[in-house]
Amino acid sequence: MTEVTRFTHGSRIPGWDEPVDPTKAAAVIPDLANTPVPTELREEIQAEMAKYPVFRSALIPALHAAQRVHGWCSPEAIEQVAAVMGITPGEVAAVATFYDMFETQPVGSQAIYVCTNISCSLRGGPKILEAMRAAADGDADFNIRAFECLGACDMAPMASVNGEFVGPLTESDCAQIVADLKSGGEVLAAKQLRVRPCADQAGRVDGGQTTTSEVTQ
Amino acid sequence: MSAILFDRIDEPGLNDIDTYERRGGYEALRKALAQPREGLLEELKASGLRGRGGAGFPLGMKASFIPGADIDKYLVCNADESEPGTFKDRELMQKNPHMLIEGMIIAAFTVDANRSFIYIRGEYVLQAEVLEQAIAQAKAAGFLGDNILGSGFSLDLVLHRGAGAYICGEETGLLDSLEGKRGNPRLKPPFPANQGLFQGPTLINNVETLATIPAIIRMGGSEYAKLGIENSAGTKLVSVSGNVQRPGNYEIELGMSSRDIIFDLAGGPDEGREVKFWFPGGSSSSVLTAADLDTTYDFDAMEKAGSMLGSGAIIVVDDSNSVVDVALTLASFYKHESCGKCTPCREGTTWTVKMLQRVQSGEATPMDLDIIASVQEQIIGNCLCVLGDAMAIPVGSLVAKFRPEFEAHIESARERNGLGITPPAASEEPVLSL
Repeated sequence: MTEVTRFTHGSRIPGWDEPVDPTKAAAVIPDLANTPVPTELREEIQAEMAKYPVFRSALIPALHAAQRVHGWCSPEAIEQVAAVMGITPGEVAAVATFYDMFETQPVGSQAIYVCTNISCSLRGGPKILEAMRAAADGDADFNIRAFECLGACDMAPMASVNGEFVGPLTESDCAQIVADLKSGGEVLAAKQLRVRPCADQAGRVDGGQTTTSEVTQ
Repeated sequence: MSAILFDRIDEPGLNDIDTYERRGGYEALRKALAQPREGLLEELKASGLRGRGGAGFPLGMKASFIPGADIDKYLVCNADESEPGTFKDRELMQKNPHMLIEGMIIAAFTVDANRSFIYIRGEYVLQAEVLEQAIAQAKAAGFLGDNILGSGFSLDLVLHRGAGAYICGEETGLLDSLEGKRGNPRLKPPFPANQGLFQGPTLINNVETLATIPAIIRMGGSEYAKLGIENSAGTKLVSVSGNVQRPGNYEIELGMSSRDIIFDLAGGPDEGREVKFWFPGGSSSSVLTAADLDTTYDFDAMEKAGSMLGSGAIIVVDDSNSVVDVALTLASFYKHESCGKCTPCREGTTWTVKMLQRVQSGEATPMDLDIIASVQEQIIGNCLCVLGDAMAIPVGSLVAKFRPEFEAHIESARERNGLGITPPAASEEPVLSL
């Protein structure tokens, strides 16, 4: 991946200091007939568009779908979304670059988001991030990112591994996660959010007849 | 304690419609559909329920702002839950999705909206799957779709996944995002109740607020209002996290002592550690110290203590942590999430991070602390939304309440990093380095 040059004032946007050319043709909506789009992707985007009273609402779901197909929001993916939705690639790119979950550079297929926000950082989130990076050891297939609060502070420090929330993590869990992903198995099955009981006594199946320690045993 | 939202929520299969109905689910919907809309609105008003998303605006009043005219109206559930420290809606949606759906149908019927949306944050993959399945079940059972239970009322419900942006938890940012745009907040007024989604009147509420509606209808508004205390009716889900031994979601009656929540329910800090400060309502709330632990946990008491109940997320920080680290973590988060639309927020968050980095490395002077404080004051109230305020309030309160620690940190970091301890002599021309 090439590093984008920083310009004098710190901008990474090439052409920021070039004047607009008023004679240039306006952005064109790519013609669906001439843009190759995988049939399944096209059908999925069209199904999403049908769900809303205004089709443009389907742009984020469409980008999710395109990213799943292409691995990232590549220029090609953006062109395809634009063609199916009948809007300009610029409008699609504007949205794709706004949201954290849309990748605007090629990335590895294993997405690991390590939370480093307040509650996780109080419990060692940044160390987990380091340990995760060390465990993956530069493997390009792993897309390890420091992420903002993922809404699972009860299991801090935590991470989202391909969408599966796991925690509380120790540094040794990180190697296990990487190994689990490489072998294609389930990730830290015992520490997944889906098996975590409610902290409140009233939430227990028996409405709080047992104490916390009894349940954890 | 009366559990309403969390009552046996761990019961296996509760996310399935059969189990939910066996436990009396969708009975409130039948009851509601048999009533006139005005009566339902009165029940919601009588309940005294205040919005659980952060602002605490009364639900009944908000619903009454939706015009009665025969135009397209919308109901939007804000499930973007991205305030650091908040994770209550996640547990509700994952374990009892039908309670939210039932609440939404009743709310939509009350304001006569025929289209509704759940905007769930993109990171909540499991919860989105659970909701998707629950919506399909509710459709199949005739609770959603055309002519619900023969009432003549029709409602369409679409689950919309976001893609990772804190700002989309702000209601107008959320609406723009739901329209397929960048999540930039809008100028208010007009408020969403008049001009919201697709320019139509829109009722937008948090997951917890909407999920409480079936209980209000079942119990009756005035009966629900007996829970909690005056001006803070009902139960509230509190997410306790940070340096506590039993972090998690707890359902409390409003008006409970904060100390009881932090120590009795969540176990307090580890053995030998003490509460240094705590955020009572998410990372956007002004911090309180150990001296405020006996404040009751309700809207008015928190406001009186100089903070807010917010989303009900208590983050406890113990005495092993540096206040500078916490301030920098917070400021960096808000800098990353600022959408860039308003200058005070975009620039204010950026410069606050830069100044706090100087504090951390020891390059700052005590005067920088004054500048940090003044920058926070200039952000508050000067933007379209409260994201800037959400950084300025806690960071400002940290600097105000822990100023000696900031100053001591600057001194020790300066010595540690060999930056010398003498600032430039007064006679020298000040060097402006940016």
